[in-house]
Amino acid sequence: MKQFWKSMLKSPSGVIGLIILLLAISVAVFGPMLFPNSPWRMVQRPFLPPFTVSTVPLGTDALGRDVFAGMIFGARVSLLVGLVSTLVALVVGVPIGAMAGYFGGKVDDALMRFTEFFQTIPSFALAIVLVAILQPSIYSIVASIAVVSWPPVARLVRGEVLSLRTREYVQAAVVTGQSNSWIILREILPNALSPVIVLASLMVATAILLESSLSFLGLGDPNLISWGYMVGAGRTVIRQAWWITVFPGIAILISVLGLNLIGEGLNDALNPRLSREGR
Amino acid sequence: MLSFVAQRVLKGVIVLLAIVVLNFFLIRLAPGDPAVVMAGEAGASDQVFVKQLREKFGLDKPLPEQLFIYVKGVVSLDLGFSFRQQAPVAKLIGERLPATLLLTLTAFAISLMLGILFGTFAARFAGTFLDTGITVFALIFYAMPIFWVALMGILLFSVTFDWLPSFGYETVGANLTGLAHAVDVAKHLIMPAMTLGLFFMATYTRMTRASMLEVKRLDFVKTARAKGLSDAVIQRRHVLRNALLPVVTLAGVHSGTLIGGAVITETVFAWPGIGRLMYDALLQRDYNLLLGVFVICSAMVLIFNLITDLVYRLVDPRIEFAS
Repeated sequence: MKQFWKSMLKSPSGVIGLIILLLAISVAVFGPMLFPNSPWRMVQRPFLPPFTVSTVPLGTDALGRDVFAGMIFGARVSLLVGLVSTLVALVVGVPIGAMAGYFGGKVDDALMRFTEFFQTIPSFALAIVLVAILQPSIYSIVASIAVVSWPPVARLVRGEVLSLRTREYVQAAVVTGQSNSWIILREILPNALSPVIVLASLMVATAILLESSLSFLGLGDPNLISWGYMVGAGRTVIRQAWWITVFPGIAILISVLGLNLIGEGLNDALNPRLSREGR
Repeated sequence: MLSFVAQRVLKGVIVLLAIVVLNFFLIRLAPGDPAVVMAGEAGASDQVFVKQLREKFGLDKPLPEQLFIYVKGVVSLDLGFSFRQQAPVAKLIGERLPATLLLTLTAFAISLMLGILFGTFAARFAGTFLDTGITVFALIFYAMPIFWVALMGILLFSVTFDWLPSFGYETVGANLTGLAHAVDVAKHLIMPAMTLGLFFMATYTRMTRASMLEVKRLDFVKTARAKGLSDAVIQRRHVLRNALLPVVTLAGVHSGTLIGGAVITETVFAWPGIGRLMYDALLQRDYNLLLGVFVICSAMVLIFNLITDLVYRLVDPRIEFAS
């Protein structure tokens, strides 16, 4: 563990990424407490330009709502959706991949055909269709992002398990009569963890982009403000008020960039073999 | 070669059929009794009409039979009827498809060419300032949401500089013909295509760079160098050719993302393609149209994957067609 942090802190991208993520998390957690302006309430005249009134630093939107407050509350939604949908995707993808890799043969064939099927469907189009049909809400958004993002997890885990199951310590566990689930859970999966962690960090980034794109198209949760929604709402008035679209977009860019950098840092730290190869 | 193509086409057809079946169940999941929804959309909701609709579309039949009717319809290119637009879904999609193909293929070509170019430069000058610069740019473009890039493009090139049109396929009411029309369309195409292309350009840049650095270390490159070949020849003939293989694979994998990006890009730029059609269907909750576009998108991805598979085998002679 100590070794891990040491090599993580050695890679510049990992450090920058960690700083960005910590910043984003603290904004999401503490921001709303320190800055209690509701993002839905009218606080000033509409189209107030940024940097003119100190209580409303980034100006207001077409309805006089505080852009800065929206960005702070939006951080919660973006990070939460990113994390939870990735977790759900892992919960679906890891067992499928592990079973395919461990049991092989017909099980492997069936599960991998199933995975490939989901991988061929254009993911964003499927996400749109799912959210539209299930009606936009934070649950349907998380569910549809998870549905479109688990296949790479399954494929990765399958590959790892496939190579680990022939190792001697796994054979030894088989000989001592351990059950399949015990072997998979206790012997194999812990050793397949590091590439999964790297993938997961990149998936959170992709999930944030997906959520923002869905919200931008008007498929966000109507009760929650999010960065994508703000950009979408500011789109029609971009000629008069650039700030409504520019600032939330920068927030998305920085968070996604931070997570991608963490992914690279993790890759360097966890897979020193692969670190120079990139992805 | 032929048997390989036949095998892949067959596999694609099976996947497409599975997607159509999935689509059928998604339609059933959509809120509301389809017949009541249809009646409402048609502007009448009395019981007799609903019953007629139910009979007409076979909604009174058992589910497996309905599925069979639906699949049969899709196979004969009948994707249902859009009551909102008062036209068959297949016709609506057919009208919009050329614009989407023009946009996605242009974006694809731009991203592949620029990505390989920048990736090659970065690998050639690995560790220098140029490499760092290209890598940082690629990382930033990779992290930008497409809709935001589109809006920033409009802000910069339409609002501030007034160089490029911010929406549409051609200048409305200009009635241009021949070359003037082509130039007009090209002007409208630049921003959407660049927006869509930049994200993928970033991916291909990173991939080309990583893969070229990887290939460079291999023995056959040393052999080529020992033979006294010039650096340019080694880079082009030995390194780049081999380094492009994973890039081609990635291009295939990304075709679905490209279509998704087209939905966003077409929405922002009011580009009259199927992505914009999907957005309109979404706003109006026109589920028949929405799912029709979804099936066509999936079919496009399958065809694109088949093409990249073939290209891959052409680029890499080591892979046998028979396998």
